[in-house]
Amino acid sequence: MQRIYLDHAATTATDPMVVKEMEIYFSQKYGNPNSIHSFGQETRQAIEEARKKVAHLIGAEPSEIIFTSGGTEADNHAIKGVAWANQKKGKHIITSQIEHHAVLHSCRFLEKQGFKVTYLPVDKYGLIDPEELEKTINDQTILITIMHANNEIGTIEPIKEISEIARRRGIYFHIDAVQTVGHIPIKVKELGVDMLSMSGHKFYGPKGVGALYLKKGVKIFPLIDGGGQEKNRRASTENVPGIIGMGKAAELAEERLKQGEEDRIAIMRDKLIKGISERVENVHLNGHPTKRLPGNVNFCFEFVEGESILLNLDMEGIAASSGSACTSGSLEPSYVLLAIGLPHEIAHGSLRLSLGKENTEDEVDYVLEVLPQIIKKLRELSPFKGNWKGLESR
Amino acid sequence: MTLYSEKVMEHFRNPHNVGKIEEADGVGEVGNPVCGDIMKIYIKVKDGIIDDCKFETFGCGAAIATSSMVTEMVKGKTIEEALKITNQAVAEALGGLPPIKMHCSNLAADGLLKAIEDYQQKTGKIKKESKKKKERK
Repeated sequence: MQRIYLDHAATTATDPMVVKEMEIYFSQKYGNPNSIHSFGQETRQAIEEARKKVAHLIGAEPSEIIFTSGGTEADNHAIKGVAWANQKKGKHIITSQIEHHAVLHSCRFLEKQGFKVTYLPVDKYGLIDPEELEKTINDQTILITIMHANNEIGTIEPIKEISEIARRRGIYFHIDAVQTVGHIPIKVKELGVDMLSMSGHKFYGPKGVGALYLKKGVKIFPLIDGGGQEKNRRASTENVPGIIGMGKAAELAEERLKQGEEDRIAIMRDKLIKGISERVENVHLNGHPTKRLPGNVNFCFEFVEGESILLNLDMEGIAASSGSACTSGSLEPSYVLLAIGLPHEIAHGSLRLSLGKENTEDEVDYVLEVLPQIIKKLRELSPFKGNWKGLESR
Repeated sequence: MTLYSEKVMEHFRNPHNVGKIEEADGVGEVGNPVCGDIMKIYIKVKDGIIDDCKFETFGCGAAIATSSMVTEMVKGKTIEEALKITNQAVAEALGGLPPIKMHCSNLAADGLLKAIEDYQQKTGKIKKESKKKKERK
């Protein structure tokens, strides 16, 4: 049976060229990059090359890149590090209700330490209103942290508008760009952000490595104390193979973006969106129709539950994801879907298909052939069928 | 996928006794669409024996498999025997369920109990003690 991977927002396959680049940094070039000898110096040089590649991908200076263990650490570092270093100035942080848990839970932790956090609501597309954001700023506000694009519904937030506000009001601005780096062109200077989090394995790099872009001059504390690595900003011996891999992944991503990769993927996305909307009744597209990640498709199918859809898709060889309670590991469906105003029963029927570079038009056609049958089969089991008030009637 | 046992997947793939029974003798509904699981169990009773049983379920793999399993377990049983079927017994017949599913999606026997109560109420044979007996856990 053919297997089709449509869960690229969860993780991607490490590119074989990345793996090849990493290989020699295990047993051949294994020196500690902080050592004076030649073993150490050859890995030091390789790390600095990787840093240049990652910096180049987002239009930053190499000195503004700190390697971390992943996107989660980068988020934690930016939020807690800025909060701790600037608390004399104020203890208020602004974020949104649809952030990744790495951001939300960092904020919750700071609340326990006496910080005040505003969790901005979003509209039905998942968009933040910059004007509403500005209204919540007060003289205690030290940090705004907003995701570049949402991992579940794919909505791309108005980062430039927010950064103009942040700059005008003299507040640090961090973005979680885990879903966008390597997938859409990003220039940090154009976006006007002070900090940006990214993760290697979301763009065909290895797992266990990420980076924080930290604009020169940002006042921040380290998250991990120890040796003087990363210019005293992140202690611990560098994850050399991981960093080399992330550097190569960044280089490859830049090449793909130059060749218009995101347009090719967006064509498949739009074909899926159009095809599902035409073939299945009582469906609801989640996220913004155009301000959207090139690889993100997210629908709610009324009268059916997400895990059942996933299991059926898996039996057909298709790997996807859902925001239903069963897949969120709690009894609640996805907080992102609830934040865009979906009722619980409809949020339980969500399906996310996230496309990547290996996907083909043929695979899209296969999904469009199989998925409507699965929904039909599950609806035949459902006690709701036609007698459920649709979203339109709300 | 190893989330569920092979038996669960068998019932999930090909659920038995799907649908409504028109003019059912008893109908039971459990769960809540807000929680993502709702089951409707229909029974047909003949001479004190459950002659037919069908279900309609909105829910996850466990919800669908337990619904299918309970309809299989109950067919041909007397009302008294049917009342002894527990959620636990349904899960066991399926080779077990993941721990998180034991509470949220393992409701099929409760649905059957409600269907039997509905039948007993309709026929004036309601037995209060049987309800108490079934309040388990």
